[in-house]
Amino acid sequence: MKFLVCISQVPDTTTKITFIEGKALNAAGVQFIINPYDEIALTRALELKEALGGTVTVIHVGTVGTEPTIRKALAIGADEAIRINAEPEDAFFVASQIAEVVKKNPFDVILTGRESIDYNSGQVAGMLAEMLDLPSVCVVTKIDISGTEVTLEREIDGGKEVVSCSLPFVASAQKGLSEPRIPNMRGIMSARTKPLQITEPSSGTKLTASVSYAMPPAKQACKMVAADKMNELVELLHQEAKVI
Amino acid sequence: MSVIVFAENWDGKFKKSTFEAVSYANEIAKQLSTSTTALVIGNVSEEDMKSLGKYGAGKVLNVKNDRLNTLAAQAYGNIVAEAAQKEVATVIVISNTYTGKNIAGRIAARLKAGLVAGATALPSATAPFTVRKKCFSGKGLTDVVITSDQKVLALTPNAFRVISGEGTASLEAFVPALKDSDLKTSVKEVKKTSGKIALTEAELVVSAGRGLKGPENWGMIEELANLLGAATACSKPVADIGWRPHHEHVGQTGITIGPNLYIAIGISGAIQHLAGVSSSKVIVVINSDPEAPFFKAADYGVVGDAFEVVPRLIEAVKTFKTSHH
Repeated sequence: MKFLVCISQVPDTTTKITFIEGKALNAAGVQFIINPYDEIALTRALELKEALGGTVTVIHVGTVGTEPTIRKALAIGADEAIRINAEPEDAFFVASQIAEVVKKNPFDVILTGRESIDYNSGQVAGMLAEMLDLPSVCVVTKIDISGTEVTLEREIDGGKEVVSCSLPFVASAQKGLSEPRIPNMRGIMSARTKPLQITEPSSGTKLTASVSYAMPPAKQACKMVAADKMNELVELLHQEAKVI
Repeated sequence: MSVIVFAENWDGKFKKSTFEAVSYANEIAKQLSTSTTALVIGNVSEEDMKSLGKYGAGKVLNVKNDRLNTLAAQAYGNIVAEAAQKEVATVIVISNTYTGKNIAGRIAARLKAGLVAGATALPSATAPFTVRKKCFSGKGLTDVVITSDQKVLALTPNAFRVISGEGTASLEAFVPALKDSDLKTSVKEVKKTSGKIALTEAELVVSAGRGLKGPENWGMIEELANLLGAATACSKPVADIGWRPHHEHVGQTGITIGPNLYIAIGISGAIQHLAGVSSSKVIVVINSDPEAPFFKAADYGVVGDAFEVVPRLIEAVKTFKTSHH
């Protein structure tokens, strides 16, 4: 079975985000990592491959500076990687690029994270599925494959929905789908020699652009309430904040 | 030209996020001097569909088909796209709920329309069409310009107020082109988290962290939540060590929420946690450490031992409820 996992590179979760004159992310001192949800997708793909046989390919749209992140995915256990040499500025563009690769080289299972933790959009899974005319299930916490039957669990408001699906399909990973693995020394060593194919982008349309950035509005100073005055807190929440 | 809004229902009922989306769509229709059409897929009563007129929908297209009573993303995406074409819609609005997350990308790709997923405000301009959303999991905001003729906006629940007035929408049956191949997924079972308020749609949330010292101490958190009619949540470390289920974890890699009130008990306020709750309208922090970073993001703070403060807060809420009813 052929698994494809789409990975993006994002600032580490502990990063303090600032912008350069409201026009771009200030990347100075920022450590970049594999998007955590993509890593969850990758680990589940590896688990399924170990159970069912096959190969796990990771695909990434990014420029040469992102290769350490791709090598990390190979160190975790992916068999091979494809890098499409372009800035991932727009989800439609990214999905189109990946779709072009998959049209020439089909996969049975295509996974993404539920969203990247930089732009928090979660668009690529649905777009890719539409471009490839495949079924899609997003924000899933379970993927089981038995023969040609696929069973997934997706998050819904106040619960989970069990969904059955045919192969091939696209799904996006939510926390709980798998436990990420820490690469071991053997993985790190072998990652250096695993195939990393670089392809140039096909001419693609961009439909959106982030034109400016801002920090969230600053909070007013915190009003302190004495620990033995909880009646006062309740009154403040009722009278002043008007939330209860 | 028009604005179309996918009016989501759950077992035949609309929720607040649906009314927010219709209100939002109608405000955009006003910006563009056009009208709003709502699309309903499934079995909703005629009365409920007509009532979408209160939020600005002039017309409701209704797709009734027993195969579509549960989500099939491919079919739903196609239907929304087809309805958008039929109505010559330039803007397509959906809620960024779990259903929305399943269909937004599909609709956008099908229409080759730019998508802003997680819009938090009305377009700040319509030429160029510019919409604000959060980025870096709430650590920043970004203005996104959509350059395509058609635009898809997925509105963050709880970010836009419901605007209601008078009005009744007209109803029109809509029979979309539906192929068997659009239904490659089917719902086998729904597992409801029993009797609890869903975290993503809760207006009040009571959350606790490692300061509670052990899973056996969550009784008072649940009691406070029940009293307030709030959902319960937790921090990442607490979910990771198994004190609380993962679906309660709010934060950068958990659920992002924006309730009216977020009460954080025994949570220090790491940057990843703040990212998930920063859009809460009011934040109360209860922590024994006066230096806890969470106080910097709080509206109200209480320095004290949770095991003393929370029982007092429970009593105060009880007193409040008796005196106000």
